[in-house]
Amino acid sequence: MIRMVGVSKRYSNGMLAVSDINLNVEKGDFIFLVGPSGAGKSTVIKMLLKEENCTKGRMYVDDMEITHLHRRRVPFLRRKMGVVFQDYRLLPNKTVFENVAFAMEITGATAREIRKNVPMILSVVGLADKQKCYPNQLSGGEQQRVSIARAMINNPPILIADEPTGNLDPETSWDIMKILKQINRRGTTVVMATHDKDIVDIMQQRVVALENGRVVRDEMGGLYGYED
Amino acid sequence: MTKWEVYTVMKISQLGYTIRESVKNLWRNRLMSFASMSSVAATLLILGIIFILILNISSLAQGAKDQFDTIQVYLVDEVDGQQVENIGEKLYELEGVKEIYFETKQEALSKMKMEWDENGYLLEGLEENPLPNSYIVSLYDIGYAEYVVSEVRMISGVEEVKFHQDVVIKIIEVANYIKNIGMVIIFVLVAISTFIIHNTIKLAVNARKREIGIMKYVGATSWFVRWPFLLEGTLLGMFGAVLAIGVLHIGYSYTYSLFTSKFYVLIAAYLVSAKTVTSDLLIIFMVIGSGIGALGSLLSMRRYLHV
Repeated sequence: MIRMVGVSKRYSNGMLAVSDINLNVEKGDFIFLVGPSGAGKSTVIKMLLKEENCTKGRMYVDDMEITHLHRRRVPFLRRKMGVVFQDYRLLPNKTVFENVAFAMEITGATAREIRKNVPMILSVVGLADKQKCYPNQLSGGEQQRVSIARAMINNPPILIADEPTGNLDPETSWDIMKILKQINRRGTTVVMATHDKDIVDIMQQRVVALENGRVVRDEMGGLYGYED
Repeated sequence: MTKWEVYTVMKISQLGYTIRESVKNLWRNRLMSFASMSSVAATLLILGIIFILILNISSLAQGAKDQFDTIQVYLVDEVDGQQVENIGEKLYELEGVKEIYFETKQEALSKMKMEWDENGYLLEGLEENPLPNSYIVSLYDIGYAEYVVSEVRMISGVEEVKFHQDVVIKIIEVANYIKNIGMVIIFVLVAISTFIIHNTIKLAVNARKREIGIMKYVGATSWFVRWPFLLEGTLLGMFGAVLAIGVLHIGYSYTYSLFTSKFYVLIAAYLVSAKTVTSDLLIIFMVIGSGIGALGSLLSMRRYLHV
């Protein structure tokens, strides 16, 4: 589903953020991207989203090469990947319903499809009764669930989560992880960058550890392996 | 590359979204909307005032030129009909003469009575008509004036030649001067206000750069994000234009009616009517306003779209 072959990224200020990464993520995988700050986790995610271009190597998503993707095709790549961020990134002027509906509107979905699908996904993440709320009226965990709903509304084959539990307390974090695991169980490939040792250790998934821009460990059912 | 997508600039299904979104955003950011609209309106208002001034000055100058553009040739009272005809022929043969008109003593008197209007009765007391017969000579171009005047003076039977060349030239000079200054002022104003409007819109867009970024992350195309902003800017510009036109119309109608009713009527005859001005300006302002608005939002959001 995702393949990176000898990928490096050097920023224009000369810093080598990622160096010669090889990574192969199969369909239906759940992988944790771990490592200390500045190890290159964010850069990897940015390259997948084409916010940054790699400076060496080749990248594939869903059997399509995205190494050199025309700027105008980037939005269509992003529609194959639901994205969840640490800071939720909800549109502050839109209600919960509108935030999720927006992801459908950009694909040209009809109003009827939107009215049918949005409440459905909102009840999956347990927010059926909050549709008319604005983001600032919700708790952190609720906001993150909205952003998961938005990421999954178009049924993308891949879900990318960049520290989705970073701003949440442990209990809420587990609620979010349950939802992510549930999404994964239905066949969606999940890539999650995280600092959360407990979560990684308990979930027992494939762990890819980065250090100084290199993959230092890639094991199934792995542990977090750092003391923070 | 696979057959992922066909990108059109705007799909039909997006039209509803675009309209809804831009109207909603206008209202949600009403303070910024108002600021942008006001700066467009203020610019167009000043532009309109100068425009109206220039229009009226040209019209006045044209009127004045028409009045003073002729050469009046007064004849000695003693000449008889045959001589009058001969003089007319000589006049007509001169280079640059467009047409001549013979004005008799009687005509001159009744014309004067007309011009004096209410005071015309004063002329009734005259025992004898003191006004001379005259030829009114109009020229193809004012450039012939000097030559024609000097030739006419040599014709016998001509008492006096009257020509307000200096007045005409002065009027034209002044009118051109004002027009040029007006053009410069308009140019400077447009430059300044484009800058101000650009900044206002930039401020408005800047407040929403996070929003733009999020939309792009979710997979919206640049045009999908752009359209509502574009429509918003266009609408703001148009509202500004309508506002400016409204104020101009009210203000100018008032001034115009002041001139026609209370002040010098002779000047008022050359003023451009309020209706003509505003209907002319409406289309121009709509185009300029929406153009500034659309361009402003396009330029301001450009750098936030590269996410």
